[in-house]
Amino acid sequence: MKIHGFEEILAQHPVFRDCGRDTVDLLSGCARNEHFRAGRTIFSEGDDADKVFLIREGDVAIEISAPQREPLIVETLHTGDVLGWSWLMPPYKHMSDARALDDVRAISLDANCLRTKCGQNPELGYQMYQHFVPHLAVRFRALRMQLLDVYGTRKG
Amino acid sequence: MAQDPMLPRRFRVKRVWKELADVATMELDPIDGEAVPFRPGQFNMLYAFGVGEVAISISGDPADSSGLVHTIRNVGAVSGALANVSDGDVIGVRGPFGTAWPVAEETGRNIVFVAGGLGLAPLRPAIYHVLQNRERYSGLTLVYGARSPDDLLFAEELKSWKSRFDTEVEVTVDHAAPGWTGQVGVVTIGLDRMLAGIDKAEVSAFLCGPEIMMRFSVMSLTAAGVPEERIWVSMERNMKCAVGFCGHCQFGPDFVCRDGPVFRHDQVSRLIAKKEV
Repeated sequence: MKIHGFEEILAQHPVFRDCGRDTVDLLSGCARNEHFRAGRTIFSEGDDADKVFLIREGDVAIEISAPQREPLIVETLHTGDVLGWSWLMPPYKHMSDARALDDVRAISLDANCLRTKCGQNPELGYQMYQHFVPHLAVRFRALRMQLLDVYGTRKG
Repeated sequence: MAQDPMLPRRFRVKRVWKELADVATMELDPIDGEAVPFRPGQFNMLYAFGVGEVAISISGDPADSSGLVHTIRNVGAVSGALANVSDGDVIGVRGPFGTAWPVAEETGRNIVFVAGGLGLAPLRPAIYHVLQNRERYSGLTLVYGARSPDDLLFAEELKSWKSRFDTEVEVTVDHAAPGWTGQVGVVTIGLDRMLAGIDKAEVSAFLCGPEIMMRFSVMSLTAAGVPEERIWVSMERNMKCAVGFCGHCQFGPDFVCRDGPVFRHDQVSRLIAKKEV
């Protein structure tokens, strides 16, 4: 009954909406429910990237800290977004902090479980590539725009 | 406009206030008492006597032609002199000049405004027009991006627009300190999210902000299915005479002061992509 619930939730999430039933069945074995109260740290820089989160509800701030500087929020993620990409490649360590801005409900997928299944089933691995890389690309482009600091000198 | 477009009219600063650390808004009254009608998106040449003249978009309500409202960022000698005027000072004004946002012509459509930084100022007259005639449009969305929470222009007005039930307002900043509970991320992320719930064929989009921001936003709009002939952008070039004589603002075959600043995107898309122009 519980596993059936995950299948439904995953099949409705924007990231996996186009996935076939077999894929969702495989993924649901790695899934669990997560809840973070407002203000709670979800993960910190340097933590093992042992989960990827699919946000079902709520907002999450991605923060970067530097010595003698206030932490900086560089991105906020919202309902339907994917939180965490460091699980995709070694050394599987988070490179920023994530903090719940309000109550957050999410599905987490165990990264070890996912990587193992992808290793055993290259088709699943290819599907993960197809579904996660576009999110990475969007965020990579956004980062480039942020680096340009485009709002610096616009005249009225 | 004065008969001779090169001759400034005198305007008295009725009220001036700081919007941001380096940005001021001023209300101007014509000393000759003549009305100053304008269309959303047009600009004036503002003259700080003894310092110089600069092109500044009108940021006030087009339904009120009794005076002018301009929002200016201090980025140089002339804009600095204008941004630091005091109540009662007199400045020169030539205009209004240039093309307008065709909001009145886009009646019935879902209007999407995309603004970045001080680019919200030239769009504000068009936003006022749509808000005042809201029943004539099927939707109103504003996506606004700024560098940080401290750089949000017209912050109180943004809150009041956001609180309306008939508008969708998405405000995002490039980065923020902890404590900020709003969105952080670039305009295109917010735009993509807003577009997800809209019939793209119904959208007419008006963009103003840094050219790079507009370029990426147009990519998002067209990728989502918004027709390119329903996208308008406001270009900024070095405008001097404002009447197409001097050539300082030449943009390919056009002069931005005379043929712009508002262009339909398909008119200028080829040039926007050229590094040399």
